[in-house]
Amino acid sequence: MQSKQSINDFVIKFANVNGTGSASANGMFAKAIFRMGIPVSPRNIFPSNIQGMPTWYEVRVSEDGYLGRRGGTDIMVCVNPQSMAKDVAEVDAGGYFIYDSTKPLDLRYIRDDVHYIGIPFTEICLREYTDARQRLLFKNVIYVGALAALLNIDFAVLKDLVADQFKGKEKLITPNIYALELGFQYASKHFDCPLGIHLERGRKVAKHIEDFDNILMDGNTAAALGAVYAGATVAAWYPITPSTSVVEAFDKYCRRLRIDPGTGKRNYAIVQAEDELSAMGMVLGANWNGARAFTATSGPGLSLMSEFLGLAYYAEVPVVLVDVQRAGPSTGMPTRTQQSDVLSAAYASHGDTKHVLLFPATPAECFSMTLQSFDLAERLQTPVIIMSDLDLGMNEWMSPPLEFDDSHTYDRGKVLNAEQLENMTERFGRYLDVDGDGIPYRTYPGTHPEKGAYFTRGSSRDEYAAYSEDGAAYVRNMDRLLKKFETAKTLVPEAKIKEAEVETRYGAVFYGTTASPAYEAIEILEAEGISLDSMRIRSFPFNRDVEHFLNNHDRIFVIEQNRDGQMRRLMLNETSAPVKEKMIPILEYDGLPVTARKIAGMIRNYITHGNVTPITRRSAPEEAIA
Amino acid sequence: MTYVKPQFRHPNAPTNELGRTRQEYEGGLSTLCAGCGHDSISAAVIDACFELSIEPHRVAKLSGIGCSSKTPAYFLSGSHSFNTVHGRMPSVATGANLANRDLIYIGVSGDGDTASIGFGQVAHVVRRNLNMTYIVENNGCYGLTKGQDSATMDTGSANKKGDINMYSPIDVARIAIEIGATFVGRSFSGDKQQLVPLIKAAISHRGFALLDVISPCVTFNNHSGSTKSYEHVRNSNDAMPVDFVPMREEITATYDSGSTCEVVMHDGSMVRLYKQGNDYDIEDRQSALQAISHYQSEGKVLTGLLYIDRDSEELHDVLGTARRPLNTMNEQELCPGSKFLDSINAGLR
Repeated sequence: MQSKQSINDFVIKFANVNGTGSASANGMFAKAIFRMGIPVSPRNIFPSNIQGMPTWYEVRVSEDGYLGRRGGTDIMVCVNPQSMAKDVAEVDAGGYFIYDSTKPLDLRYIRDDVHYIGIPFTEICLREYTDARQRLLFKNVIYVGALAALLNIDFAVLKDLVADQFKGKEKLITPNIYALELGFQYASKHFDCPLGIHLERGRKVAKHIEDFDNILMDGNTAAALGAVYAGATVAAWYPITPSTSVVEAFDKYCRRLRIDPGTGKRNYAIVQAEDELSAMGMVLGANWNGARAFTATSGPGLSLMSEFLGLAYYAEVPVVLVDVQRAGPSTGMPTRTQQSDVLSAAYASHGDTKHVLLFPATPAECFSMTLQSFDLAERLQTPVIIMSDLDLGMNEWMSPPLEFDDSHTYDRGKVLNAEQLENMTERFGRYLDVDGDGIPYRTYPGTHPEKGAYFTRGSSRDEYAAYSEDGAAYVRNMDRLLKKFETAKTLVPEAKIKEAEVETRYGAVFYGTTASPAYEAIEILEAEGISLDSMRIRSFPFNRDVEHFLNNHDRIFVIEQNRDGQMRRLMLNETSAPVKEKMIPILEYDGLPVTARKIAGMIRNYITHGNVTPITRRSAPEEAIA
Repeated sequence: MTYVKPQFRHPNAPTNELGRTRQEYEGGLSTLCAGCGHDSISAAVIDACFELSIEPHRVAKLSGIGCSSKTPAYFLSGSHSFNTVHGRMPSVATGANLANRDLIYIGVSGDGDTASIGFGQVAHVVRRNLNMTYIVENNGCYGLTKGQDSATMDTGSANKKGDINMYSPIDVARIAIEIGATFVGRSFSGDKQQLVPLIKAAISHRGFALLDVISPCVTFNNHSGSTKSYEHVRNSNDAMPVDFVPMREEITATYDSGSTCEVVMHDGSMVRLYKQGNDYDIEDRQSALQAISHYQSEGKVLTGLLYIDRDSEELHDVLGTARRPLNTMNEQELCPGSKFLDSINAGLR
């Protein structure tokens, strides 16, 4: 049998039972590789359940620095007999299947193209530990120890990680290191270590990864830090997977940073609301009153918040919302990822509404975009929605470090203070377009004893905030809101455009977590002679660069993780984009992060089936290029 | 009704401690039906704020949707106001209050807004004991959509078409007491003597103050079969007169302690209640609930201050928020700076 050989380039998957403590052992495994300086991207594939159901942890190791899912599994670590049949079937030919050999393997699971590595995890635990809980927990540490031998993980790095993990609970360090050693020794003694697939320290890694000083963190924590740095003082929320950890992390950092040491009082307020309607109402109320406030939710919450998003749009109240998308519709697959809230977020609420969207692709962007979103929301006096997803929000990603420029000052937007109101000779018009950018001036309640008070409402009004059913006044207001949306185009983050090495008429468009596998797919196709320019969209409304890119390619593959090609539809709606037929949807929506192989396959399939001609091939004869 | 608001005022109109006249507490011209109970409530709010010498700009008015929720436009035009969405005023008020704990928050809602679409939000704002005054202008019907039954309509009461309501009514005041409200009053829009001091007491209360004010709808629910008509409420109202003595004023008159109940509020103000033979304890939830039921069983409506918990913790106390409003904190105070971020980054390597 051919065995797979590769150094620093493989996919390993752990099949666990949820609620058994595997997450921290698996996290330690991934972090050890990260600390060895080898690019790694771990992902939890977990059920909507607390205990007892199958859960997987997939780790991709890629010297080339690809952080998206590749597709396929080279090594399966099977700790869960429930899912064994499926797990065996999933291993690539020539790969490895590591299992608990305490009991003999069911013969139905024997494949002749897979290497079986049996380690009696249960037996070792029964021998070493008497306590049932310890037997369960240390089994996880033991398999990490065994993998250290099989894959050549630096044992000293693992020891350091154990020490870090149990800082403050030093008593636990020795038993954990002992458990690592149990696994390490068993594997070293019984197998030829390392395997053909293994890790090596000190090899050259991809330039784009090497260039930055990486951190490993999840997007939700990064977004929460963005809110802390933006000076958010009010967070109102309703628990929902996969967004819950945004506000939990915000709470954690606020407890550290925002409690006055003298008084013990809090310079922030977090309220767990009764539902998402209320959470968004609180955010509106606080922002209206001059505090920076935000909430985080996922699809079902976004639906409930739509009514208030419409009010915020129309009454021009800043709002920051972190939408960590999951698979819909309805309850959908609550613990699976998707990019399927694009349209409902862009047009949330009835009537003519449009909202500013930001699309982060890395934890660093979750931080910087959340930070920026407060400035944008206050400058534009409108909701800004950060479109993260479960994959980015809940998994640890290698990311450039978070950056903050101390010279940064908050843009609180057009707010008149008491002095400005005092010196004002003209009548204050809350909805008057004084500067011609569609953005009016506002005042906070309680600012001035005589001037600046106005009536905020979701009903039609004139420039002075007085109720009006005059059609002309209504139209003036709606048109000004459109003008404001035009102004937004000059403020939102620009798209990242990358040109292929050779001139091509083909473009790929993607956003958020689709970016990593999409860039990889483009390189796979490039190697096959199919060249694509690419554009990573980072915001809505689309600015001129987006229009330009769409208009300058004959075929545009719009890659996204939803069924209906929502970004494609949004671009068709909101740009002077070419005809529908020129924009080809490349879609994956099974709830797992899309893989590079899948994207490359779909684009290749489209092109080689003659749907697109001519194909730019580097090796092709001259006339074929023309 | 008039279409022009008269601007003339007596040159020697009385002023309050701020030197402001009552006129300065007025709002725009009401567009409600002539004789609407809601306009009387707006007038009572104006009186209360004028007499309490509140600076109008230190008040934030909030409302939901419906006839009642239009009324913030008709009082205190010098205050900011937020007419939110149907049934969701409590959440907006909560956020606003979190941002600035120093303003006075007056919410106006109706029975549809409070007891139907917004019932969930009301329950939770009560639980949180948000420091605000919440007035329910309760007319037992949906006025702005032309007279449909509301959830506060009494069983057996007839609507404009003559249909008899067979559903159980929701008594907002009772439920508020049940789930932990710290100030609950009931009144009648036609009883200014009682309503104005009740509003003053509600504003002075530190915590959530709910006032269920029966406010007849002259157009759709003022007929003979209705239990929310002017006539019916006048006949069934068993009103406990209420006096409010602000903290700065000396308490001069003395009363027979057997028939009155004096409650010194958190800020030193005092509410005096003439109990007229009631012997229930307004600082005891069970006692208050029993009194309400007792009157109801006799076909009467007990109005006045029904329940008060003087020393409760409002939301900011529970959250432990800074004394200074959160909306006054600046970048220097709130942003941890790059150095802290470096330590975060270091911990993620």
